[in-house]
Amino acid sequence: MLTYAIRRLFLSIPTLLFISFVIFMLLQLAPGDPMAQVPLTVPPEVKQKMREALGVGEPALVQYWKWLVQVFWIEPQVAIDAMFGTNWSEGKQRVISWQTRSPVMDIVIQRIPQTLWVVGVAYVVAILIALPIGIYSAYRQYSVFDQAGTFVTMIGFSIPPFFTGPLLIVIFSVQLGWFPSIYDTTHVVNDWASFKEQLQQMIMPVMVLALQITAMLSRYMRASMLDNLGQDYVRTARAKGLSESAVVLVHVLRNSMIPVVTVIALGIPSIFGGAIITENVFKVNGIGQLLLTWLFANDLPGVMTLTFIFAVLIVLFNLIADILYGLLDPRIRYD
Amino acid sequence: MTETIAPIEALKDKGPDKPPRSRWKDVWDQFKKHKGAMFGLGFLMFITLAVLIGPFLWDADPQKIDIRNKNMRPIYTAIWDGDAKVGWNKPLGSDQLGRDQMAQILSGGRASMAVGWAAMVLSLLIGTAIGVAAGFYKKLDGLLMRTTDLFLALPVLPLLLLAVTLFRQPLTSTFGPEGGMFILIVSIIAVTSWMPTARIVRGDVLAIKEREFVLAARSIGTLPGKIIRRHLLPNVLSPILVSAALGLATAIITESALSFLGVGFPSDFPTWGKMLADAVVRMEEYPERVLLPGIAISLTVLSVNYLGDGLRDALDPRIRGR
Repeated sequence: MLTYAIRRLFLSIPTLLFISFVIFMLLQLAPGDPMAQVPLTVPPEVKQKMREALGVGEPALVQYWKWLVQVFWIEPQVAIDAMFGTNWSEGKQRVISWQTRSPVMDIVIQRIPQTLWVVGVAYVVAILIALPIGIYSAYRQYSVFDQAGTFVTMIGFSIPPFFTGPLLIVIFSVQLGWFPSIYDTTHVVNDWASFKEQLQQMIMPVMVLALQITAMLSRYMRASMLDNLGQDYVRTARAKGLSESAVVLVHVLRNSMIPVVTVIALGIPSIFGGAIITENVFKVNGIGQLLLTWLFANDLPGVMTLTFIFAVLIVLFNLIADILYGLLDPRIRYD
Repeated sequence: MTETIAPIEALKDKGPDKPPRSRWKDVWDQFKKHKGAMFGLGFLMFITLAVLIGPFLWDADPQKIDIRNKNMRPIYTAIWDGDAKVGWNKPLGSDQLGRDQMAQILSGGRASMAVGWAAMVLSLLIGTAIGVAAGFYKKLDGLLMRTTDLFLALPVLPLLLLAVTLFRQPLTSTFGPEGGMFILIVSIIAVTSWMPTARIVRGDVLAIKEREFVLAARSIGTLPGKIIRRHLLPNVLSPILVSAALGLATAIITESALSFLGVGFPSDFPTWGKMLADAVVRMEEYPERVLLPGIAISLTVLSVNYLGDGLRDALDPRIRGR
């Protein structure tokens, strides 16, 4: 198992390098020019110098190499400096956003808490709702509860977030006036009243996201429970006189959780990746919204670094899901 | 001595007592039992016909600006609000420029469905080709499946946005604003969504190519291309059909999401996602402008998803006939 994990970890390095190279080359084709906003009165040779200062004048491969060095060598040093108060990274060139002219990673770190709050809470809420629904509707297959649950998950599956979002805003903030329609990022939680406000502004985006995730997870949970309920070991467990709750909640549930846990692990990158559409609808300035802003502003270093972070997360959690699968299911051996 | 033994009951039959049933008849019988799937099929056919024939029946120009009749409400608003500005000339109302909403919904649906179908077909073609090649030719397997893994590791929505913003300029200048955007959106959705199909098809092909009938075909000298066309593809048709339904749903949603984020078709070319996005700023006064396209998208996707569910059940021989 350990050798498998280490081998996969090493294999993921070329994968990530290749992905970053593809994204970089895609971005090289971008028509945008970082000097487009500079006034026309600035002489061309000054513009050329400004371009070189941003690192644009050089061949693509040199730029790619510099980006690699900045991300893999200098940024970790900055992180260590920030944690332990050392000064390794002093005077070294970091990845700079063209739009704000400040380090990309600093902005990303500013944005992460909002995304984590909204999307992370939605994910947890969705897991808490989806698992019981999946378990019960599989246990009582074709009952009214199962039919209703399947219908609701199907709807959650089908209605896109850019429709549920405005719909909730119309109902809850325009008609009823219960929740604010815009997420206030500057809101500070320091007492119960402000905590309540924070909850109120989080409810709608969390609902939109949780509906989607619940729909997906409870379908998986139900299918996986159904697979296991028909197995021979369930009959054995019942035959030896175990109580029904022990059969379903211990024997069947433990085995059905194996694929569901991997599905949950595979979904975690989307927590950090942010929900681009939901964040946009509720004006949560998280990572997804940041990516959109940078894309429209043609901020290539920002877009490049952010997309690469997403790719790293996806590869990492794919790996974790595979390893979890092997750890949880003793029948699977990767050798 | 030699008594004639009476033949047992079943052997007395001169021939089969029921006419033979084809596989597709069985599938259809099972499919009919799934109420949701029948609803899905019905609604999908209805909406397809509506967007195909509708513009001929209701031949108002969706782009015609009619400023005198702007901001009209749908005709049903008159039921609870007698003062509302309604009229039979604009049954679903008009927007802030007086463009007819009914005509916009119909032509917007045409665009959304066209993108959905085209992207789905393209992604199926890529997925099936790669899946069959990887499953059938052992040499290609490693390379193709690593490529599939790579594509699966790409973050889809960021990449979609990226590609749209990057390639919009060159494509629209060659094929015109609408044609270029259509090609771009269809190919991008297809390129980022073929991987599940390829994986499923490869798995099935790997299992089927070891079966005896393929060996028999090979032993009488059937060429590989012929084996693929005659023996493998018909047998992997059912997973392909199921992923076709799911692919159509994803393609419609992705196109609407792109339009919603403002990177889809040009602003004077209505699609459902575009109409929804444009109406969000005025949704307090005119909620129907958000609701109508939103409901259209949701119902279409819901019916396609139900259709896929029903197809999966109907095509699975373990469930069929129970």
